Amino acid sequence: MSQSFDDISAQLKRRHRKSSRLKWISMGALGLAGLFLVLFFADMLSKGLPAFQQAYIEVELDYNEDAQRMGRAALDPEVSRLVSRSFERLIPGMLRDDPGLIGTTEQRWVLADSEVDQYLKGHRSRLSEDERETVDELVESGRLELQFNTTFFTEGDSKMPERAGILAAAVGTVMTMLVTLAIAFPIGVMTAVYLEEFAPDNRFTQLIEININNLAAIPSILFGLLGLAIFINFFGVPRSSALVGGMTLALMTLPVIIIATRTALRSVPDSIRHAAFGVGCSRWQVVRDHVLPLATPGIMTGSIIGLAQAMGETAPLIIIGMVAFIPDVGASFTNASTVLPAQIFTWAGEPERAFVEKTAGGILVLLSILIALNAAAVVLRKKFERRW
Amino acid sequence: MNRILKNTAIAVAVMGVAGVAQARDQIRIVGSSTVYPFASYVTEEFGAVTEYPTPVIESTGSGGGIRLFCNGVGEGTPDISNASRRIKASELERCAENGVTDVTEVKIGSDGIVFAQSSENDELELTLEQLFLAVAAQVPQNGELVDNPYQRWSDIDSSLPDREISIYGPPSTSGTRDAFEELVMETASEDMEAYGGEAYTEIRADGAYIDAGENDNLIVQRLSEDTDAFGIFGYSFLEENSRSLNAASIDGVEPEPEAISSGDYPIARSLFFYVKNQHADDVPPLYDYVDMFVSEQMIGEGGYLADIGLIPLPESEREQVRNTVEERKQLQASDLE
Repeated sequence: MSQSFDDISAQLKRRHRKSSRLKWISMGALGLAGLFLVLFFADMLSKGLPAFQQAYIEVELDYNEDAQRMGRAALDPEVSRLVSRSFERLIPGMLRDDPGLIGTTEQRWVLADSEVDQYLKGHRSRLSEDERETVDELVESGRLELQFNTTFFTEGDSKMPERAGILAAAVGTVMTMLVTLAIAFPIGVMTAVYLEEFAPDNRFTQLIEININNLAAIPSILFGLLGLAIFINFFGVPRSSALVGGMTLALMTLPVIIIATRTALRSVPDSIRHAAFGVGCSRWQVVRDHVLPLATPGIMTGSIIGLAQAMGETAPLIIIGMVAFIPDVGASFTNASTVLPAQIFTWAGEPERAFVEKTAGGILVLLSILIALNAAAVVLRKKFERRW
Repeated sequence: MNRILKNTAIAVAVMGVAGVAQARDQIRIVGSSTVYPFASYVTEEFGAVTEYPTPVIESTGSGGGIRLFCNGVGEGTPDISNASRRIKASELERCAENGVTDVTEVKIGSDGIVFAQSSENDELELTLEQLFLAVAAQVPQNGELVDNPYQRWSDIDSSLPDREISIYGPPSTSGTRDAFEELVMETASEDMEAYGGEAYTEIRADGAYIDAGENDNLIVQRLSEDTDAFGIFGYSFLEENSRSLNAASIDGVEPEPEAISSGDYPIARSLFFYVKNQHADDVPPLYDYVDMFVSEQMIGEGGYLADIGLIPLPESEREQVRNTVEERKQLQASDLE
């Protein structure tokens, strides 16, 4: 069978067309993914950036007798509706702690109510016409303004949107991640070292390997059920605590760390091991002094990525009670605490409009942390990576 | 700072004698997602003005909450369960089997379920039966039950607008859905001959009714985009979005606080929480919290909870509730009949 030159060149043309079509389709896919990403970020930024500003109002506080019982009595009735109740309710306590204040007055910048805040930001607000006028006048005279929202970073959750912050959730995330790391990192690395360096290659170790790969792909909510059954119901670890959260997420992170560590160990060339054996090192010395140090960047990268994954996880935490209203900063590993994604989830369900920006603000904070972690993983890899 | 030190001390003490039942300072609450916004408001207030830590509230749904609550007595079990319906006799029985024998029922107010649309539309008047016909899976036609044929509101009754039927509502795990099935579906179907006096609660699955998830905010958001659609959710979300939404009147009654509290508005229910009295000694702040919850400044007219959408009970009933709390009245199975 012989083909004419024309046939061949037509076929060639077809093949070129095919490959250029594939190129355009894949570029289109990338473009689409990029577009979604841009839309997502634009939406989050436009909704979330206002959360970093909050309305504050300068009021004159008159610490009279009545204010000992009703905080509102210390305020001029004209503006008391505009001040956050989270401040008012503290006044009786302040006077109890320092009775010398009674009978004095004070000028002070305090948190404004969230309706005022929403009005200033041009969102829907339930303020009446009169109140709007008062607000406009106060803004005019410089006694009411948007300031940087420190409360967002120094307070825990609150039902009052103006006072709601992410501190409790951020501290909870740190504590939970410490527990996760303390459990998953040593166990994961040691398991990988055993499987890669010591274990014989037989049916049993193959079975273990398949199971580890499987575990990495299991829906995370199942780990929550496991945590509930084993840690809470059997071992009696306190529900909602950072301890039980960390332990549950450690189960989830373990396979990721094991797999990453094994890959890192495998990429250390055998010639290094052979050379070490050749000068009379024991297996343990080979692993400790040569293989592990060379594999460290890969292990760190894998662990950081595993940790970042665990940090964004909510589903298993619902089961073990960490998705809850927890405004206090957890003082210890056994206290009830919550984590950032759980906090975002809780805010997303609140009816008040002002929580929309809090939700987006929380997402921005979580995203920045995750980007920082992933960037750290990339930097570590680039800096310490060795090519053989 | 003092509180943190104190908590740490307590935590260390608890860990030191792990396993032994211990008094604790932090109240644990579970239950209804409808009661959650109100209860968390009170817990926050409680944490801010007393020396006790803020109680922990998990929003588990009414049924899930009562199940946890009835698991037994002791440190690991919740002290309070919120519910957007009354506890069932069977649930109370299970409580008693597990040793939870002394429970006080506290009624805190009412909540209405609204049927709302984007305020770009004209206000709508519906009867309970029309609402039922729009959501039921099977409806009577010429004396027989057939798959729901209604695609447009005007198919149900020519006085209704010529708009496609499209309803965003809660999924089957939600207490709001339970209440909707009970108050709309059961009530309407029991009056219709074709169902033979039986309660019919099957909701259509042909796309006209859309499960919108537990998050009522999502439903509200979708209504502003999809102006032809209706949404089913709690009254507090209507109040918060009163500018962008309007609610249909049902049997001629608008969902307004007085009508919901008096029961004139047909899709209204009462909200409760249940207190485990056996924990009162081990959890010292328990009744301080309950007292704060039932105080006039919280559940009264113009109270803080009314501000965020709770519909207060009539004054005499509030008084009665406070008496119940004072006596720590034990809930009996016979009360539930």
